[in-house]
Amino acid sequence: MKGYIGVDVGSVTTKVVVIDEEGNPLGTPVYIRTQGQPIKAIQQGVAMAREDLPKGIEIRGAGTTGSARYLAGVMIGADAIRNEITAHAVAALRLDPSVNTIIEIGGQDSKIIILRNGLVVDFAMNTVCAAGTGSFLDRQAERLGIPIEQFGELALKAKTPVRIAGRCTVFAESDMIHKQQMGFSVEDIIAGLCEALARNYLSNVAKGKKILPPVIFQGGVAANIGIKYAFQRALGCEVLVPPYHNVMGAIGAALLAAEQMRDGRKTRFRGFEVAEMNFESSSFECRGCSNRCEIVEIKSDGKLLARWGDRCGKWEVIER
Amino acid sequence: MRVTFPHMGNLWLGLKTALQELGHEVIVPPKPSKRTLTLGSQRSPEFACLPLKINLGCFLEALEAGADTIIMAGGVGPCRFGYYGAVQKRILEDLGYNVRFIIFDPPQGRWREFLNDLRRVGNGKPLYKIFSALLFGIRKLEIMDYLEKIGHKIKAREVNKGETTHILEKTLHKLDDASSYREIRRIRKEALEELLSVQRKKIDPLRVAITGEIFVVLEPFVNMDVENELGKMDVEVERALYITDWVKEHLIPSIQGIRKHHLLEKMSKPYLGHFVGGDGQLSVASAVIYAKRKFHGMVHLMPFTCMPEIIAQSILPRVSKDLSFPVLTLVFDEHTGKAGVLTRLEAFVDLLQRRRVVEVH
Repeated sequence: MKGYIGVDVGSVTTKVVVIDEEGNPLGTPVYIRTQGQPIKAIQQGVAMAREDLPKGIEIRGAGTTGSARYLAGVMIGADAIRNEITAHAVAALRLDPSVNTIIEIGGQDSKIIILRNGLVVDFAMNTVCAAGTGSFLDRQAERLGIPIEQFGELALKAKTPVRIAGRCTVFAESDMIHKQQMGFSVEDIIAGLCEALARNYLSNVAKGKKILPPVIFQGGVAANIGIKYAFQRALGCEVLVPPYHNVMGAIGAALLAAEQMRDGRKTRFRGFEVAEMNFESSSFECRGCSNRCEIVEIKSDGKLLARWGDRCGKWEVIER
Repeated sequence: MRVTFPHMGNLWLGLKTALQELGHEVIVPPKPSKRTLTLGSQRSPEFACLPLKINLGCFLEALEAGADTIIMAGGVGPCRFGYYGAVQKRILEDLGYNVRFIIFDPPQGRWREFLNDLRRVGNGKPLYKIFSALLFGIRKLEIMDYLEKIGHKIKAREVNKGETTHILEKTLHKLDDASSYREIRRIRKEALEELLSVQRKKIDPLRVAITGEIFVVLEPFVNMDVENELGKMDVEVERALYITDWVKEHLIPSIQGIRKHHLLEKMSKPYLGHFVGGDGQLSVASAVIYAKRKFHGMVHLMPFTCMPEIIAQSILPRVSKDLSFPVLTLVFDEHTGKAGVLTRLEAFVDLLQRRRVVEVH
């Protein structure tokens, strides 16, 4: 049976999934924390994906996405290295070809993708600030001592959500602490936060965009049912959270790889042995000019796989 | 007098030439780099926009290299840039530098002051000499602009990515060394031949316009080399702004400048009926112009907190919808990580590509 592997390495989590030709995951998709060490996370993710894979699957293509897509692409030997917008759109379209709006909120990015007739016509990402993304929710859950998985459930128990400022995390946190010290219940505060984040997203990232149903909500934050409901209330329409909402980027990357391989070429995928290979990264500062670019090298057993980080291109090497 | 000025793309080439013609010793600050940014932002008000910080960084680096006189542009209208010269002067004085500032405000009706400023940099030379020095500098810039415009087309098609950039870079320095019209004509011819001999793919590239706030549009260090990154993705770009446009509009009043102004007003009229400072109106007008010219999309660049561009940014979605013309806005500030910009550009190019495929079928 043919399979395609997709790897999505984000700021906070790393996702690995193997799909069949129809785009259905084979085995359980892997969703782990990147913990600032993408190389380790990619290897661990690939190893976990292998463990769970049904027998007799032959990987015919590999795709990567996410902010570490180039690194991941070099490591696993990717056929398609694509940006997250395209990957998320492709995955959502496979699920529901009539989708008109995709809300995606991850660890540090939030994006809106507007589609019409199966085509991306517009998109936007948060610009200079990561207010309202997963990292902030994580931090607040930790501060309140609530596991992030229960965050959304608690929000639904609120009776009167309090008003929290949403456009800046510093303002939001200070509002939350103020209300907490006044004696409001944790549920009301969390519900207030969910509403603030949805409000901020709609007036900031989605500014000026026409949001039409069907709306699909994906990315790690979509696990938070409190935010889903906040979006439904604000938009006045149903917001769908797909079953594999947190690995949609990886599914999209695998679909893009499958698309690439249609002409029958041979995959560059190094195989699941990537998990045991030795990867080292090192860096140095180029002193060729005042830019002092920080150059990163990725090696495997002493062999240079890739080098990047320079503005002028004199160091750039990407093994093909 | 050891004269310096801030960087903005290739501006240095023209200014250096003109000032040298007038007999000044010219100190060109090092090209903007991370160091420029660090120095500049350390000494600038936190809420100021990026152009002020990079300008100040340039000045500090030029002062280190021995400059004692700074030439800076002023401005009119609601954009903060108009008083940056004055603010930078105060900052440098507070830091204990003894430096002479010559701030050029656009002439717009204040001819006497403008001529006085010109005489100050004129080094005792008669006015006609000053003008001929300026014209020689501008001529060099015009050649560079011309070659860059051709370069945009070639970059999208070149087989060995980076070759065109290399030729342009080389030409820039040859022009810098040239001291006669004959020489620069020869350099132009040679560069043109070299550019046209670059090995090219036979493709029909996407065409994307680049517009926005002029400093960010023209300075590759600040815009993370948007032009070349698009070139690497086989996209042909055209800028709504070239350095000589700015010079003609701000330093030397010209028919071309007035015509352009008129065109901008006409094109932006249904959406933005008046000047909002800086290049805000241009950004709106360019969406209309490039949509009419059947470009596939437009990238709009702005510095974080830039008021005129914030106005443009909030109007552009309407223009984009009315004309079915995709626009991507990118905001720049002190960040030097390129990943975010690349992701957005790639996604935008994907969008344009898929759109085109559908339109063709």
